[in-house]
Amino acid sequence: MIEVISTGGLATIQDLGRRGALKWGVGTSGAMDDLAVAAGNILLGNPDDAAAIEVQIFPFRIRFQDDTTFAVTGADCDGMLDDLPVLPWCVHRASAGQVLHLGLPRRDGWAAGRAYLCVAGGVDVPSVLGSRSTQLRGEFGGLEGRALRAGDKVATGPFHEAGARVGFNPPALAMPLMVDGLPAVRVLRAAEYEAYTPQAQASLWNEPWRISPQSDRYGFRLEGTPLMPKVPLELRSHGIVPGVIQVPHGGQPIVQMRDAQPSGGYPKIGTVIEADLWRLGQTPIGSRIRFVEVTWDEAVAAQDANDRWLAEARRLVGLFRARRGGQ
Amino acid sequence: MSTDEPRISLLGTSALLFDTPGPTELDTQRRIWALAEEVGQWPEIREAVPGMNNVMLSFKRPPSSLGSIEARLLSAWASASTLKLEGRLIELPVIYGGEGGPHVADVVAHTGLSLDDIAEIHSAPIYQVYALGSHPGYCYLGGMDQRIATPRRKTPTLRIPGGAVSIGGGQTGVSASPGPSGWNTIGSTEMRFFDPASDPPALLRPGDSIRFRIAAVIR
Repeated sequence: MIEVISTGGLATIQDLGRRGALKWGVGTSGAMDDLAVAAGNILLGNPDDAAAIEVQIFPFRIRFQDDTTFAVTGADCDGMLDDLPVLPWCVHRASAGQVLHLGLPRRDGWAAGRAYLCVAGGVDVPSVLGSRSTQLRGEFGGLEGRALRAGDKVATGPFHEAGARVGFNPPALAMPLMVDGLPAVRVLRAAEYEAYTPQAQASLWNEPWRISPQSDRYGFRLEGTPLMPKVPLELRSHGIVPGVIQVPHGGQPIVQMRDAQPSGGYPKIGTVIEADLWRLGQTPIGSRIRFVEVTWDEAVAAQDANDRWLAEARRLVGLFRARRGGQ
Repeated sequence: MSTDEPRISLLGTSALLFDTPGPTELDTQRRIWALAEEVGQWPEIREAVPGMNNVMLSFKRPPSSLGSIEARLLSAWASASTLKLEGRLIELPVIYGGEGGPHVADVVAHTGLSLDDIAEIHSAPIYQVYALGSHPGYCYLGGMDQRIATPRRKTPTLRIPGGAVSIGGGQTGVSASPGPSGWNTIGSTEMRFFDPASDPPALLRPGDSIRFRIAAVIR
């Protein structure tokens, strides 16, 4: 059990998302940084579908009610377990009664906006329609379908001795992607790309885009040179996915994020590839990003690279445990 | 490519969109349902979700090549029959106007019709559920009388309640849970459209239909 002592709001329980419920109008939800949750589960020996707590407003404090092991992945938040520093992306042991404090994300190692508290056995809430992720709009999943509040007590899965105090370099350092000094994400053209003016297409690829404060788990609203179509476009409602870059009439794009609706009607100029959604999800509000056009083959290769990184993380953790005598 | 041809486009590496040209009408939509049903059985497809005149196919994993899936999709569309789903008819009592219909005045102003006329025209047809989307349990309906069509609002309303009956352009719908909306809300109903504990969790599915019944008109 974990007790939430204080939260700035918007902390939610997330796993890798709810697949297969689009036909009922249910979007995927899931961690904005899926690699961070996947890595946390590998570190702790959890099943792949174990859930974590996604924190995006700091400080955030919890008390462990039982002895357990945990890891904080995603942003480096100067974590403190009582008065001991908590290295990010590493396994730590907590005793019942100890308090974990997460402060503001640091910007000196890698810039990231969200931290994930992963615990041995995972956050134990019921799986609803195949996932423990919080579905805010539908008000189900996670803890009562809502963000966590101070005083909440959240069950954790059965404790097992993950033991090995292993850790690794976050993917932001292992697989950086920068263009002209700015973090970048890779994009495939979407259906209405050709309907935009050559100037708009050039702006999309060649100019920085600022992530506005009106950005959240539903969508990142971007600010830059407005993207205008050659003629106004009217579309019928159709399925969309997280990563789709929609362009409302004003020309300021919105990238759909993990809490995206499963359908929409705005024109789509491109889609941030699934393999890079964690990068965008971690880009702090107010900072700028660049879009890089890729081909299908390059996008598939990017997904393979993520999978290889996770496989290598799994191999290293397994190796470390074996050498420590099966801990 | 001629504009009469269906269009296939990418939604990143996670999905494909298959979009057909032409007006939104029940016969086309029935072929869309048939296509979604067939394609949804393909091993590499996680879900095939009908939209309005279109289908989104989400992948279990991105296929290494797109050419073959596109060819199979076009061939499946060419042979798709007009699947007639055995739907149910659900009657929804609606209170038109009053507190539950905050944008009635805008629809009255745009159409030049009285609230009584709007309620009469809105509750006359049997609406087909064409597709689900937007939010859990929400239905896209076909068949609204275009005399009450009203453009979407310039600024979306931050929160309309679940059960809100609204008009957006030439379409109408009922919100299944509270949330933002750019449509004009003209009334309210108390039906529960989504329950994650039920199987299936959504009350309605494509092929079902809805009839709105006037429970009251509040001027």
